[in-house]
Amino acid sequence: GPNCDLVNFSEYISKNLALYELSNDGMKLSTHAQANFCRGELAKALRKGPFQVNVILGGYDENVPNGGSLYIMDYLGSCHKVNYGAQGYASNFTLSIMDRDWEEGMNEEQAVKIVEHCIRELNMRFLLNQSNFIIKVVDKDGVRTVKADSDPSDN
Amino acid sequence: MARRYDSSTTTFSPEGRLHQVEYAIEAINNAGTSVGILAKDGVVMASEKKVTSGLLAPARTSEKTYKLCPHATCTVAGLTADANILIDQARLRAGRYAYQYQEPIPIENLVEHVCNYKQAYTQYGGLRPFGVAFLFAGYDIHHGFQLYQSDPSGNYSGWKATVIGANNQAGKSLLKTEYGSSSSSGDEMKTDENPAKDETEMPTTVEALRLAVKVLNKTMDGAAASPDKLELFAMTLDEDGNCVHKILNAKEVEAVIAEVESETATAGDS
Repeated sequence: GPNCDLVNFSEYISKNLALYELSNDGMKLSTHAQANFCRGELAKALRKGPFQVNVILGGYDENVPNGGSLYIMDYLGSCHKVNYGAQGYASNFTLSIMDRDWEEGMNEEQAVKIVEHCIRELNMRFLLNQSNFIIKVVDKDGVRTVKADSDPSDN
Repeated sequence: MARRYDSSTTTFSPEGRLHQVEYAIEAINNAGTSVGILAKDGVVMASEKKVTSGLLAPARTSEKTYKLCPHATCTVAGLTADANILIDQARLRAGRYAYQYQEPIPIENLVEHVCNYKQAYTQYGGLRPFGVAFLFAGYDIHHGFQLYQSDPSGNYSGWKATVIGANNQAGKSLLKTEYGSSSSSGDEMKTDENPAKDETEMPTTVEALRLAVKVLNKTMDGAAASPDKLELFAMTLDEDGNCVHKILNAKEVEAVIAEVESETATAGDS
């Protein structure tokens, strides 16, 4: 979404989640709980001053089968647990790729390959030239960046 | 000396005490006893029902035990009317948390919320504190089964076993010696070759129920235990991992009382 709402909303959510951890003796909310909290905030704001933000939230929980879970939310407050997702114009190109390529029980390497496939497709077919894709992975060790292309501000 | 500083909650005494809060705690020492015991596979709470009369309509609600949410229940010692307000608060909090996070509220979170609410009445508004002490029994995936006690000051703490209400000191001292020692081993002398176990072994729910009745027998001061004077509650998990809140019916209570009686009878023989 627009950068103002993007920053405002995502910081609001992430700082509230950090506050939860501080107030509750280091206990972290599960991905499911975080997603529902986030969606609840979108829903609350909707009929007051909506955040024009679409969200894809991914997290790792030990007690979840296979550990990872992915939630997709839009600015109207819908929320779905999904195996793959995309927001924005990209979805028109990439959802069908992921429909074909995604399989149950893939490992990280295979998943990153699918993401790279999507990026290649966008580079070829999408009218906007987007040189800076950042790929991140969330697993038991936390969040890490796997690939970051050139930053346009470097040019 | 205390007289000048005791009529307002919002005033400290020169010794740094809040007398109204202390008086509220005193009020609970006249209330029906409630004992809570943490077991391996659940939590057990036993309460003395003070209000027993043949003329009472058959109770649809308890005066002692209240369910707060699918995975937490509490017992009350003190002013029941005050307790109802706080129980509403607790139920609201549990419900709102579940609405916001779509997950059951962690038990300590729930207890802390009720306690913060109680604390406000010791600092703001000039209103008297709540004359209630609670035992909270609950289960969450983070810490398993838990037992908490809270008092009018808004303080709370987690316990393996504790007693609130009348004669709680007698009850607590009995728990100190009996909790963790298996009831069947009998008298084993603590010698250098046989040191006391470092870890207290948690009882099962069944054993805990018996111990709870034992404690109430002591605090009720010789009055004969019977199903209409006792309320026994046990929280366990079923095979699907859901909480089961069980208030024992009269027959089951009778059975536990009988087991305790036979146990004490045989113990006296050795």
